[in-house]
Amino acid sequence: MKTSAGREADVSRRTFVVGSAAAGGGLALGLNTYAARSAQAQNAAEGPAEINAWVLIKPDDTCVIRIARSEMGQGTRTGLAQLVAEELECDWKKVTTESITPGQNLARKRVWGEMGTGGSRGIRTSQDYVRRAGAAARMMLLQAAASEWNVPVGELTVVDGVIAHGPSNRTTSYGKVAAAAAKLPPPDPKSIVLKNPKDWKIAGQAVKRLDTADKLNGSKVFAIDVKLPGMLCAAIKDCPVFGGKVKGYDESKILSRSGVRRVMHVNDTAVAVVADTWWRAKSALDALPIEWDDSGNAAKSSATIAELLTDGLAATRTNGEVQNGDALAAIASAAKRLEAVYRTPFLAHATMEPMNCTAKISAEKAEVWVATQNSEASLAALSQSSGLPLNRCEVYRHDLGGGFGRRGGAQDYVHQAVAIAKEFPGIPVKMIWSREEDMAHDFYRPISQCRMSAGLDEAGNLVGLHVRVSGQSINAFSNQGAIASGKDMRQLQGLYAEPGDAQLGYSVPNLLIEYVMRNTHVPVGPWRGVNTNQNAVYLECFIEEVARAAGKDSVEFRRALMADHPKHLGVLEAVAAKADWGKPLPPGVHRGVAQFMGYGSYSAAVAEVSIDPAGKLKVHRMVLALNCGHAVNPGQIAAQIEGSVAYGLTATLYGECTVENGRMKQVNFDTYEIMRLAEMPKVETVIVPTYDFWGGVGEPTISVVAPAVLNAIFDATGKPVRSLPLKNVKLV
Amino acid sequence: MVTLNINGKVHEIDIEPDTPLLWVIREQIGLTGTKYGCGIAQCGACSVHLDGAVVRSCSIRVGDLQPTVRIVTIEGLSDTSSHPVQRAWAELDVPQCGYCQSGQIMAAAALLAQTQRPTDEQIDAAMTNVCRCGTYQRIRAAVNLAADLA
Repeated sequence: MKTSAGREADVSRRTFVVGSAAAGGGLALGLNTYAARSAQAQNAAEGPAEINAWVLIKPDDTCVIRIARSEMGQGTRTGLAQLVAEELECDWKKVTTESITPGQNLARKRVWGEMGTGGSRGIRTSQDYVRRAGAAARMMLLQAAASEWNVPVGELTVVDGVIAHGPSNRTTSYGKVAAAAAKLPPPDPKSIVLKNPKDWKIAGQAVKRLDTADKLNGSKVFAIDVKLPGMLCAAIKDCPVFGGKVKGYDESKILSRSGVRRVMHVNDTAVAVVADTWWRAKSALDALPIEWDDSGNAAKSSATIAELLTDGLAATRTNGEVQNGDALAAIASAAKRLEAVYRTPFLAHATMEPMNCTAKISAEKAEVWVATQNSEASLAALSQSSGLPLNRCEVYRHDLGGGFGRRGGAQDYVHQAVAIAKEFPGIPVKMIWSREEDMAHDFYRPISQCRMSAGLDEAGNLVGLHVRVSGQSINAFSNQGAIASGKDMRQLQGLYAEPGDAQLGYSVPNLLIEYVMRNTHVPVGPWRGVNTNQNAVYLECFIEEVARAAGKDSVEFRRALMADHPKHLGVLEAVAAKADWGKPLPPGVHRGVAQFMGYGSYSAAVAEVSIDPAGKLKVHRMVLALNCGHAVNPGQIAAQIEGSVAYGLTATLYGECTVENGRMKQVNFDTYEIMRLAEMPKVETVIVPTYDFWGGVGEPTISVVAPAVLNAIFDATGKPVRSLPLKNVKLV
Repeated sequence: MVTLNINGKVHEIDIEPDTPLLWVIREQIGLTGTKYGCGIAQCGACSVHLDGAVVRSCSIRVGDLQPTVRIVTIEGLSDTSSHPVQRAWAELDVPQCGYCQSGQIMAAAALLAQTQRPTDEQIDAAMTNVCRCGTYQRIRAAVNLAADLA
């Protein structure tokens, strides 16, 4: 499993490198290859004219904006369309979107650049070339009108897709000149001038999402809803012990059941039942006696894994460091010393739409219908598993019923669906995982422990800080090429010295941050916010302990360490102001604060909580501040922040996957509890863009949710919480 | 053979009587707006109305349903997304990924049919469906808005 995951990561890495190159020269590529296509497009009567790869205009002025990134609820489809429309100067009310496929992208020399959607990159790493595409299309449409009227293009103005020539009092529209514009050469990329974001009219506005209507009446077709002529359905069960295999099964017990077509091995580790409907396949699989070979992993448990991590806290060899001064000496000679060990568990993504994939494989063509965060990795997986070259493969991507990092590079479900469908040439087979399968075979958020030590001088100043994270590595599981000379900095996300992406916001005169790699047999992967989540708990909860030991106010203590980090400080100040930090609260209500950086953006949060005499926690209100540089759609940024509170609070209150007999114990929502509406605090969002960088939105704010709540609990009880989730912690 | 009245239409279906209503709606009837989330009545993605009351269809066997029971799915809530709950959801841009929203809308519609202007506590008690994107704050606001629109 490890080997194949590694190979998949290699494929996606290669495509990412190509994608990055294409992003740099993306427009040039796009505008060079569009011409032949647009000529074709015009031949279709009344069809849209392709002005360039990203923009199509229909005769009725409808503007179709092509989207390369995946939509999983985060609003990227709408945000990207806003950026194109802003430069295009079209009528926002006439904008629709169209998803391109990875096969189309490949056929056109990756004119749309990278399609992968993770790491909060959807907008920030495509904003430049999509805005340029919008601007280039506008210039061509204006030129077409100028040529038709035989006037200088500089005399034209455009508002909402209506082109006007003031001196002659003439007007036309994008729809009327689109066919002519599509035949023009693209403008010189150097002549394209993008708008100052402060002048945005469509971008920067909280316009409504473009993709809401079909989510309200059941008509949206998710991948799990795909229906194809003659389609069969498959249910699958992989060895519950990670790393195990199928030893055998007695198919005679189920073959006579209604609708059942076949019982089969899938890749040595799994058994599938194929039937005419999924329910029949699933109930037959449940009735199938299967013998598993646990490959010696059945003795592993949460207890043995905890021992492994604790061992890492004392290990001499480390796997990545951030260092300045001499932290160990400074702490040893400090007037006051503190030490604490924190723990965070494995977590499942639990997307609402379980993993699924529909595949149709013949000798000539391989196709899948799938929800994916990385369509090109899906295409690579399809090609690899079907044995057909990429140009005979196609991925029809569906908007995701949740992603959160689960549907990224690994594509395990595509490999499985293709392996099953290969046995039924030319017949589509829809494979759906049960919820139990989905939670038993995730790529979990990695487990870790962290020992924090600090020294204070007599005035209560922080003179030394030592952070030692011991835990599992995502790169070791799926991306070994990113580990150089045994060093794996990814697990220290948010604690980096370098600015720009995930920098530690504090200046400490003597600092030592270390990662000690301790891998388990459990598959791990990125989980919305990835390692910022655990590291923010460790750092921000311990800084709170240190601040209190120093006898200082939580915000004031942090502020004193942040003089060299004005953007980190900016969101801390913004959240403190909005949350009335320092002002009285109703009796029994307590505040906690946290700040952190990830995905190029700066986040801070204040939580207000109370604890009743029985120890029941209530989170009343959370205020979050985010500086993501440019705010493309403040309404959707607020939605992401609200959602990050729910995702982060669920993890804080309930989230825990424990290992028993080598397998996951929590395999459905009865044991893997999810926060419900009744527990949702009032969330207030402060967006404080500084307009000088492009940061992410989907992930950054999750990291500050747990530490803000834990610090508020600390204020309420006088006792720090050092282990998650809270369901295991007695608060009174 | 099972007889079901779904969205006002009577269906005669040749199916094992222990099949969950959810899967008959999705696979035999072909209405896929009702979603599979957990199969154990925990998440509410499969919520539908039986004679106006919201139920989790993954845990109801079709053989246990009387032919006279009126089953309404998200597709049958209104013809043109005009139900006050759907209008409120649109107005406040509630959905993110959208997967759980059919169930959320059905739960909200049943609540408002029973209680014209629910209190916060009544909303808390009635809206117990899981949303992993975390749209709860907007769901609460939209239930209140739907009460205004009704």
